Amino acid sequence: MCLGVPGKLTEIYEANGLRMGKVDFGGVFREACLEYLPEVKAGDYVIIHVGFAISQLSEKEAAETLAVLLEISDIDAELGVAHEAAVSPLSTSGEEGSGVRGIQT
Amino acid sequence: MKYVTEFRDAQLVKQTVEKIRASVTQPWALMEICGGQTHAIRRYGIDEMLPKEIELVHGPGCPVCVTPLEQIDKALALASLPDVIFTSYGDMLRVPGSGRDLFTVRAEGGDVRVVYSPLDAVTLAQSNPDKQVIFFGIGFETTAPANAMAVFQAARLGLKNFSLLGSHVRVPPAMHAILGSEHSRVQGFLAAGHVCAVMGYWEYPPIAEQYQTPIVVTGFEPLDLLQGVQAAVGMLEAGEVGVENAYARVVTFEGNKEAQKLINTVFEVCDRKWRGIGNIPLSGWGIRPEYAQYDAEKRFDVAGIQSEESPVCIAGQILQGLKKPHECPAFGTLCTPQHPLGATMVSSEGTCAAYYQYRDVSVASEVQRD
Repeated sequence: MCLGVPGKLTEIYEANGLRMGKVDFGGVFREACLEYLPEVKAGDYVIIHVGFAISQLSEKEAAETLAVLLEISDIDAELGVAHEAAVSPLSTSGEEGSGVRGIQT
Repeated sequence: MKYVTEFRDAQLVKQTVEKIRASVTQPWALMEICGGQTHAIRRYGIDEMLPKEIELVHGPGCPVCVTPLEQIDKALALASLPDVIFTSYGDMLRVPGSGRDLFTVRAEGGDVRVVYSPLDAVTLAQSNPDKQVIFFGIGFETTAPANAMAVFQAARLGLKNFSLLGSHVRVPPAMHAILGSEHSRVQGFLAAGHVCAVMGYWEYPPIAEQYQTPIVVTGFEPLDLLQGVQAAVGMLEAGEVGVENAYARVVTFEGNKEAQKLINTVFEVCDRKWRGIGNIPLSGWGIRPEYAQYDAEKRFDVAGIQSEESPVCIAGQILQGLKKPHECPAFGTLCTPQHPLGATMVSSEGTCAAYYQYRDVSVASEVQRD
């Protein structure tokens, strides 16, 4: 229910006794609390919701999901399912910043 | 942006829609629980792309929308007190209470501030020892870890001037309430990806079994949503019941155990009233007695506030998936985001707000389809 935004953890430090970090959302940087991800390290991708990292993004799972989707599309191509030339993604990045502020389920 | 753009690829979206189209033989009604997903569905026109047999019913997963009117009225009363700094997530400021909202209180001189993280409210309490800082902590399981940490941190720092006005709700009891209702049309659920990031999905197999309803953990990008639909339709068409995870890059079965641990340290399960729906047993989290001094309802005298809803607004039926916004006579006329009658028109996750915001692209065809 909640919009969390994926970002790359660039820096880890302690503030007020809490494990905190700096997260890069495609060029916009924000602070996040890392207390719920004790294992996470700089360079990892995390999902941030209201200033808290709630999940480490599995790059392996992401790659597998995309690989399965791409494989399906290759099979389609072989079976002759009509393909149109790739069009631009439905949306470009840059508007994610707006999602950083909201509270979501 | 990495892990966003790839999951919006138009070519793959189109192919996934074709796969779904090829697998459907009869009508199915799926409910996405999360308001964030409702907005993504309207924004990208996912519901328009799907074959007409598949109906997406919008669920109650908007924390702002389901926060009971009493809690809003309590917030308004607290924010009006002298020597109080009232802090809140931005979405709550325009939610109508009985007659006014937090913006009005601010205009009348109340110190109402928007914070990004509940920890910002704790910091405000540290730097303003002569003021009482109250944080309006609402939300589902996704937000509960952040709100729990604010209370835990305030206790750790020994702060005497921080408290939380809480209104936390939990998804599984709402799923029980929806599926157990005699009016329910829901045949499959798209479970909320970020709730599951925190809680995992170990609570869902018994629900799927009890109501013979497939549940698919689903993310927020167009491809995530379509994969959720594809998995749910796949199970329905095959006559299977179970729980699948279509958002594995973010969600594990166990969820975030550290977050669950702190939620259970600070909060305990309680009955909770949902705005427009009514009381759902064991559907909320309240502050444990050990942390009672951080409970704004105990620190200040607001417990007696009772409120009545607007009789025109049909938000309750919308939140249960029984009606759609354009079936409301007030939609877009008496009720707009600028002058909302109900919270579903205000929140960035509210179903009415989603239909209003994207009305030019979708509502006409939605009406036609109906």
